[in-house]
Amino acid sequence: MPQYAAILYSLDVDWTLPEYGETTKAYMEFGEAAAAVIRGGAALYPTSTATTVQAAEKGGDAITTDGPYTETKEALTGFYLIEAADLDEAIRWAAQIPAAWDGGTVEVRPVIDFGG
Amino acid sequence: MADQTDTGAAARRALTLLVRESGRDVLATLTRTTGDLALAEDAVQDAVVRALELWPRDGVPPNPVAWLRLVARRRAVDLVRREAARSGKEDAAMDRSTEPDPWSEPAGEPDPSMVDDDLLRLIFTCCHPSLSVETQVALSLRTLCGLTTTEVARALVVPEATMSKRLTRAKEKIRIAGIPYRVPPDHELPDRWAAVLATTYLLFNEGYAATTGPDLVRGELVDEAMRLGRLLVRLQPDDAGAIGLLALMLLQDSRRETRLGADGELVLLADQDRSRWDGAKITEAVRLVGDGLRRTPDRPDRYVVQAAIAACHALAPSYAATDWAAVVSWYDVLLGLDGGPVVRLNRAAAVAERDGATAGLAEVEAVTGLDGYALWHATRAVLLRRLDRHAEADAADRRAAALPLNDAQRRLLQT
Repeated sequence: MPQYAAILYSLDVDWTLPEYGETTKAYMEFGEAAAAVIRGGAALYPTSTATTVQAAEKGGDAITTDGPYTETKEALTGFYLIEAADLDEAIRWAAQIPAAWDGGTVEVRPVIDFGG
Repeated sequence: MADQTDTGAAARRALTLLVRESGRDVLATLTRTTGDLALAEDAVQDAVVRALELWPRDGVPPNPVAWLRLVARRRAVDLVRREAARSGKEDAAMDRSTEPDPWSEPAGEPDPSMVDDDLLRLIFTCCHPSLSVETQVALSLRTLCGLTTTEVARALVVPEATMSKRLTRAKEKIRIAGIPYRVPPDHELPDRWAAVLATTYLLFNEGYAATTGPDLVRGELVDEAMRLGRLLVRLQPDDAGAIGLLALMLLQDSRRETRLGADGELVLLADQDRSRWDGAKITEAVRLVGDGLRRTPDRPDRYVVQAAIAACHALAPSYAATDWAAVVSWYDVLLGLDGGPVVRLNRAAAVAERDGATAGLAEVEAVTGLDGYALWHATRAVLLRRLDRHAEADAADRRAAALPLNDAQRRLLQT
């Protein structure tokens, strides 16, 4: 069966804050309702925690920039969920993703742990 | 009366510095033991405020660092308990409080080498490449120099609310994104250390050659950068880059008193009163340059070379008696390390002094890519005028005046 990525665009806020509890609850409800079809996913911390990563060539050192990716000529073309001990390790992996060294950019953002 | 006030001010300044430096050491260790920079900073800030209240009245305790450490650690425990109570996670806090390592560290003083390791970790966290350079500078002032948020905002000429937000976001990013609190592995160390030096030099330049605002030299920032530079040398005593950077800052700072005239206008190197240059700083720096060169005989560090150039000026009895041949050859060495256009422009200016205005102008005009750089146009103007090409010189001056500069640089170009 084909798989689809549903990419979410919404408010750039910290969804762990209590004032977003209602929405978080709605996401939980959706998660339960769609449990049979969801293969994975994550909620992300706001863009203020983001780091963009590029490399000059395959195997090249990571070149990092504070903040989210803002250019618009490239499009979102995929994502990986990476488990890493800290940001340095995540950046090292990110720099090896072809998008990072093949003229594109990879944005690294921490995933929210709702303690579920 | 004035003397008494001065003594009082000097004593207050000495106390503030003692509190800041002790607080920085305590912060470095507390960040490691709590694993939370923001929490550690709140706790240390509280201890520092109390020290500044109590010590002037009751006297400085025999071991100021131990005093601050104790007060800050108690405060950290309070903060964790309060946060736990607020979020209904008392159990988690209780668990945490019984962990032997972080919260019941032995009462004795940590080993000084341990504190130095903690300081290095803190430096690498604050200068992490995933933070913007502006943020690294602000965070370094806050945590490594121990300035309050208000002081950081004033020093960097940013509204306090903006600075407060920037620092809070930075600490959130460190915590949430997991910027590690450790010295990078060997293969990453050279690049990361270079970034630390660059941030420190940026901090110095922000004070020394402020590009915005009414004051050309913001003395406090210069002092903080110098203190940070000394700390870097203390932590990495064999590193030529740290040695060279400190030497370079000392040499530039040795001219601080003579760079501005009575009306706040910029005074060029040629016209500065050399008898008022700070001889002690120059002597210390020249020794550091020698030390730095000995450590890297094959490929000198670029800060050491820049300091060597500054030393040529510092040691010359007058502008005319400067050893321009030596200056030019140091620029040649620097070009081998950093072929940037600004270095080539500076070399061209030295060539003009060594070989005359015609040769210098040819070199200046051979430097491309500086059309948006005021000092390129200004240097051209000076050399054109020496060659009596006044109309072209005036045009170059107008180009320079139209480009971004601080107020004193602008006044200088207009005179």
